[in-house]
Amino acid sequence: MTLADIAKKLNLRVLCCTDRLDRVVSGGYVGDLLSDVIANSRAGDIWITRQSHRNIVAVASLKEHAAVILALGKEPDDETLEKATDEGVPLIVTNLSGFEVAGRIYELLTRS
Amino acid sequence: MNRSYEKTFSVEGGNFDNAGMASIEIKKILKDLQISDDVVRKAAIAVYESELNIISYARNGHITLYVTDDAVNVDVRDEGPGIEDIELAMKPGYSTATEQIRQMGFGAGMGLYNIKTCSDRFEISSTVGEGTHLSIKINRNGQ
Ligand SMILES: Nc1ncnc2c1ncn2[C@@H]1O[C@H](COP(=O)(O)OP(=O)(O)OP(=O)(O)O)[C@@H](O)[C@H]1O
Ligand SMILES: [Mg+2]
Repeated sequence: MTLADIAKKLNLRVLCCTDRLDRVVSGGYVGDLLSDVIANSRAGDIWITRQSHRNIVAVASLKEHAAVILALGKEPDDETLEKATDEGVPLIVTNLSGFEVAGRIYELLTRS
Repeated sequence: MNRSYEKTFSVEGGNFDNAGMASIEIKKILKDLQISDDVVRKAAIAVYESELNIISYARNGHITLYVTDDAVNVDVRDEGPGIEDIELAMKPGYSTATEQIRQMGFGAGMGLYNIKTCSDRFEISSTVGEGTHLSIKINRNGQ
């Protein structure tokens, strides 16, 4: 399943790197503590978080996440958006809660 | 053991703007050297946590990567406050991170523990008022 499929099905708003929506999403990880995300998430994951500081971009880039989803309508700082654009990390926002967006993506990934 | 690759990165304390950049570069280097995925993953985690600790707690520091036939080694040295009680600092959950650092998602007290978990050999030494030294070794062939 690609990022484009997920964004469309869940009606998510992609803020940058729309040229990278063909990326395949292999799994997901939910976390707000960066040491936890660094240690336990995997390449190809879609990372769901409430952190919006620019440090999320380095984490997603280092871990080769497919994208970062900011849940519960959290908007990224301008600096974060700029850095994500530079580093090629798709940033996505949704009004859904972390619980809900994770559940829906899990369902899509396990059915496909 | 001959060193087939060596490079040193400097890291500035307190500067979160480029946090993680040394880790990202080191990961690229290791991939280019065709080190196995699992070893690259462990090295990236260890370097990221080391880099963030310099930024969070020290004035400045250096991370040296050197690769030998049998291991990926990371040597981390900083000039900073040092660690008074290393045993306590190693405990998962122990953190002295400030509120400002916690607001960015750091300060879970997992960094040093993660480094240790990813290493086949991990040594830490510190002198209060001078700085901290980490020596990390990750074997390239399983054990
Ligand atoms: N280089 C260092 N210089 C001085 N103190 C340090 C250094 N590295 C770690 N410490 C001390 O050890 C504690 C534990 O470090 P550790 O990396 O395990 O967790 P943390 O940095 O607090 O949180 P996290 O790494 O999960 O974001 C720190 O809070 C700090 O008090
Ligand atoms: Mg730390």
